[in-house]
Amino acid sequence: MAEISSGDTRHASTVVWWRDERKRGLLAQLAVGLAVVGFAYFLGHNMVENQARLGVPLSLSFLTDPAGFQLSFASLSVTLDSPIQRILLVGALNTLLASVVAAIIATTLGLLIGIMRLSTNWLVARIAEVYIEAVRNVPLLLQLVFWYGGVLAALPKAKDALSIGDLVFLSIKGLMTPRPIVQSDFWIIFIALIVAIIAAIGMRRWAKKRQIETGQQFPSFWVGLALVIGLPALASLALGNPVESEVPVKGTFNFTGGLSFQPEVVALILGLAVNSAAFIAEIVRGGIVAISHGQTEAAYALGLRPRVNLRLVIIPQALRIIMPPMISQYLNVVKNSTLAGFIGFPDLFSVISTSQNQTGRAVECVTILMLFYLTVSLSISLVMNWFNKRVALVER
Amino acid sequence: MKHVKILVAGIALVAGMSTAAHAASTLESVKAAGKLKCGVTTGLAGFGAPNDKGEWAGLDIDLCKGIAAAVFGDPSKVEYKPLSAEQRFTALQSGEVDVLARNSTWTLSRDSQLALDFVAVNYYDGQGFMVRKDLGISSAKELKGATVCVQEGTTTEKNLGDFDKANNLGIQPVKFKENDQARSAYDEGRCDAYTTDASGLAGERTALKAPDDHVILPDIISKEPLGPVVRHGDNQWGDIVRWTHYVTVIAEEKGITQANLDDVVKANGPDNATADGEIQRMLGITEKMGEGMGLSNDWGYNIIKAVGNYGEIFERNVGPNTPIKLPRGLNALWTQGGLQYAPPVR
Repeated sequence: MAEISSGDTRHASTVVWWRDERKRGLLAQLAVGLAVVGFAYFLGHNMVENQARLGVPLSLSFLTDPAGFQLSFASLSVTLDSPIQRILLVGALNTLLASVVAAIIATTLGLLIGIMRLSTNWLVARIAEVYIEAVRNVPLLLQLVFWYGGVLAALPKAKDALSIGDLVFLSIKGLMTPRPIVQSDFWIIFIALIVAIIAAIGMRRWAKKRQIETGQQFPSFWVGLALVIGLPALASLALGNPVESEVPVKGTFNFTGGLSFQPEVVALILGLAVNSAAFIAEIVRGGIVAISHGQTEAAYALGLRPRVNLRLVIIPQALRIIMPPMISQYLNVVKNSTLAGFIGFPDLFSVISTSQNQTGRAVECVTILMLFYLTVSLSISLVMNWFNKRVALVER
Repeated sequence: MKHVKILVAGIALVAGMSTAAHAASTLESVKAAGKLKCGVTTGLAGFGAPNDKGEWAGLDIDLCKGIAAAVFGDPSKVEYKPLSAEQRFTALQSGEVDVLARNSTWTLSRDSQLALDFVAVNYYDGQGFMVRKDLGISSAKELKGATVCVQEGTTTEKNLGDFDKANNLGIQPVKFKENDQARSAYDEGRCDAYTTDASGLAGERTALKAPDDHVILPDIISKEPLGPVVRHGDNQWGDIVRWTHYVTVIAEEKGITQANLDDVVKANGPDNATADGEIQRMLGITEKMGEGMGLSNDWGYNIIKAVGNYGEIFERNVGPNTPIKLPRGLNALWTQGGLQYAPPVR
């Protein structure tokens, strides 16, 4: 088909509009757009009509009703009278907490296993391979149930709880530790922490500059760590230990007071982390293998040892290849956390199911659920894509 | 290209039009489908669970069979759809099932807010607790600060909360999506107690590692009237489901069983002056009671032939000869001090 260009004035006036490619394209797009909008409107209209016919109009007023149910794990305080929206908030925080911790553990473990898989040591490489294949091929729900059953079976019964100095208790009901109660002077320690972090960043900049100018290395990581831990500790010592702790006290059935980490939390985080680590290991391996061996040879020619080579030459380049699939893995961790209800962890999905069952508001509850996961996933993608752009290789 | 455009424009036009659906009554659509779609539980011993031959059996299953017998004359024309606690009401609201016989508790909020009707109570139940014998407690009020395993999304959860508040117990619940998970966590020792309806407790205890190490506490902390559910807006279908249950109760009142059904029919022939009028009307010997509900005249006969009377249904599924071993208790006939009472057939 001949393309009508705007500069070709001899033909422009002799072509009718329905023969013009661009105009036809526009019209087709408009028609498809109308079809999609029409279909969506049709579905939405049906839903609203059905709900009205059933006598259950869509509304969010149920969110302020008292929930009447408790959660076994809550980072904020909830009582039986808390409104449903507070319970949903706590459920969302639970999901985020479990996902973030699982993602951090999965990344570390995945990195390790990926590098192990590439090791020249036959046994190490085989161990990594068996782990990856086993974990990737078993459904996640089975893995979670296995971890939960394993965690429950491994812990001692409540009567025979292990205790470390009467402060920390470990039993099938969970790990009980003293809870630090923040006193009013705590803000000084907080300030000290901020100062330490800024100082560590400043010191790292100075150390890098010095290395570029004089070639001398500086143990900036260890000094930075010492700063971040040491300065707040000094501040707390100077103030005379302003952090009290609430010790768990044994009651007839359970311990009251203190912090408790239930087996459900541990099992979920472990299960999610181990599962995602296998996928991340393969992504890392793929990224490292993609770097041409010439880089390693050049590094050896310069006199860099293998470990230094890996850290300073290979991994920074591999990071650019690894980043996009990692985004999917993190999204997977968040979405997989919805299986938590099967092992007793009150994540958002489990809390929403309960609310839906008790208030009958299926459409509103599912919409809230979908919006939450959509928001979280889009945020993760946004942040990671920005990070990806920063480390992306700029071709000349 | 042109054809595609026309097609697309046509779809947009049709999609924009709203169509009014012609509402057929539930009885008509069930008859048209040729089978009853019955929503049942995913597996609760005695109420609805696959037996060792793989067929569905239970108290609620027998009610489904009774309804199918009333409509089609054949109790096997049923499609059983197992539904989880979360799906059950939306499945009924959307028309995926015609009736829900899933040990669902009749409550005000469910009756009024879900556009559903509870038409009968086929089992009067209550919520109870099960604990290990070696804990040495004899009442649920001693569960101060205890951990309790519970299935989420059920009235059980809400009742536990209410009980907790009323008695200031500070109970810590651990919630699971599936009943099996809750029970096995209790078995492992994660929780001090396990709570569900008393009828369920008896069945679940048989599945524990050492059933005799566990005791069911005597406190019943709630009323749980369990019964079949139908949608709002179709009273005729509601009548059919309701009277299917009542026929079984009246049959037990009159001493009619699956075995002696035909003898009873012979003994109460239309010309017999000493015949029981109610039996005659219920079994279709005289008058046409079934017509008002759109059923054939032998609807009552078919129900009893298919599943027997309420006492037989109870005994077959949850009676003393089954592993569940539930006493009649509140579910005895009103003439024997229980709550099963049916309006008269006349």
